[in-house]
Amino acid sequence: MKESLMDILCCPVDKHDLELTVDTKDDEEIIEGTLTCTECGEAYPIEDGIPNLLPPDMRDEAAA
Amino acid sequence: MGDADNGGETDDSDDRPSLAEQRGVDGHVYQPAEDSALLAKAAIDDLDSPQHVLEVGTGSGWVAEQVADETTARVVGSDLNPHACRQARERGIDTVRADLLAPFAADSFDAILFNPPYLPTEPDNEWDDWMEHALSGGTDGRRLIVPFLDDVGRVLTTDGAVYLLVSSLTGYEIVVDIAEDAGFETTEITQESYPFEVLSVLRLTA
Repeated sequence: MKESLMDILCCPVDKHDLELTVDTKDDEEIIEGTLTCTECGEAYPIEDGIPNLLPPDMRDEAAA
Repeated sequence: MGDADNGGETDDSDDRPSLAEQRGVDGHVYQPAEDSALLAKAAIDDLDSPQHVLEVGTGSGWVAEQVADETTARVVGSDLNPHACRQARERGIDTVRADLLAPFAADSFDAILFNPPYLPTEPDNEWDDWMEHALSGGTDGRRLIVPFLDDVGRVLTTDGAVYLLVSSLTGYEIVVDIAEDAGFETTEITQESYPFEVLSVLRLTA
């Protein structure tokens, strides 16, 4: 994902802002990292360039 | 909706993925069909220099790619299905794995496109895999249309527009009523008849 996506993303549960932690970057793309809600603290993984922003209950149920 | 298994004629003359490309995928992602082409064309023709476009349930990412190619907008795709997210990203679409509109901030997009899973499906016939998620709209065909319309006003800018593909199988008038109850004005911007259904694209504005 591109870092500019941060402007339009929020926590799927409480709609508060997310904080980005970058583990791996490729040019301007974030490949691996974490998005953490600044309010509830829930962490959402970025894997293979795709942020997984499913709410925690759906993330477990829809594992694939 | 197209049927990938009918062994019928193929058409690789346009810019849709070739049959070989479609065969190369794992069968977990809905591939572009008549409904996709209708939605992409209607939205592209109607849009007036959009800044930020979201396609909900982007699937293969084909519709989002058409919009990205034909406009100057920044296009984002979202899908519940991880296989779809990967395919859309491979097309160069910024992709988010999401439950409908849940992780998108308020007033973020001036155009939002959605070709929902809409085939009415009896519970006994649910086949419970990713392709079912892409096709089945539950018993009334409106399983995802209702929650989408509930939340889309939050994410849309005040002068933005939603482009929703509606099939006669889903109940056109009922979908219009639900959209109007959610506070939108509705305009049918295109319509095409197919052997088993009539497909329309509705534009919803606040």
